[in-house]
Amino acid sequence: MKTLPMDVNTALMLDGNAAGGMLNEIFSTEMTTSPTQCAHCGRHGELGSLQAFMHGSGAVLRCPACESVIMRIVQTPEFTYLDLRGATFLRLDRAVLNR
Amino acid sequence: MRKILEWQIATLTRVKAETPTVKTLTFSLPSWVPHFPGQHYDIRLTAPDGYQTERSYSIASEPERGGEIDLTVERLEDGEVSPYLDDVLMVGDQIELRGPIGGYFVWEAQMGEPLLLVGGGSGVVPLMSMVRHWAAAGSKVPVLLLYSVRSPEEVIYSDELNHLCEMRDGLRIFYTFTRQTPPGWTGYQRRIDAQMLHEVVSQISKPFRVYICGPTLLVETAANHLVQLGIAAENIRTERFGPTGPSL
Repeated sequence: MKTLPMDVNTALMLDGNAAGGMLNEIFSTEMTTSPTQCAHCGRHGELGSLQAFMHGSGAVLRCPACESVIMRIVQTPEFTYLDLRGATFLRLDRAVLNR
Repeated sequence: MRKILEWQIATLTRVKAETPTVKTLTFSLPSWVPHFPGQHYDIRLTAPDGYQTERSYSIASEPERGGEIDLTVERLEDGEVSPYLDDVLMVGDQIELRGPIGGYFVWEAQMGEPLLLVGGGSGVVPLMSMVRHWAAAGSKVPVLLLYSVRSPEEVIYSDELNHLCEMRDGLRIFYTFTRQTPPGWTGYQRRIDAQMLHEVVSQISKPFRVYICGPTLLVETAANHLVQLGIAAENIRTERFGPTGPSL
């Protein structure tokens, strides 16, 4: 963790929890406890621990260690676009999925 | 756990003014499920032209209260949703809600360890759900709440917190007033800093779990200082609140 200068983006920054509803809609399960790894710095952590920027036209989840973009979600009336290039993996709990 | 989290039509049943700018809204839910303290609901508003906007609001009530939830909402003058909830929505009105959401910033009585709760302003809302659950579940773990607020008038849940402190062993509250103090106040009157956290942490036995909720600056400051005080980062959960949510 480190302290960022307070610019507009920092002031509007939320936690991955804030994207929980959107993620649940996409994966049909609770996702904020799902672990992921940052493709840039290798940090391992739950989606809920990421930095969330929700005020744009989509949602952006960034790594709290190196600030790289891990996940981008854009929803249009017809489609959801999910860009996960910033993650080496995203782990989903099969037991929860199949419940 | 339901597989798909669906929007449901909730009915506003009660409104309670907490402070001049903060209200607690009680919603009755047709598909209520017990939540974990710390979770939130999304509220969706739809304009006649189809424009939709969503916001996340923390649950203030304890899961022991079935069939309904309390959401405590701070009015943001330039907000898109909170002025609507404050001015337009009346008891008996219906609104779209989705939840409970989140598994990260949550606490349950069965987790066991002592709790350090750090809240700034309306960041106290999800922490209040934890405190109410702690009381309703008869938990014996010590709970320490450090609550940073600008002035005495802006303390949310003031009477209930004082009452719980008197009635229940194990709950202690430290207030810090950052702009205006009550008359004769001898407690903290500054923003949360390393010295304050050091003093508060010395009153609680390790290991303990930490939940911090508030504006980003407070969350970052408190979390960083606690890590420097030797608290393991994985025992610190944070929830920043902000004025915006996704527009759809």
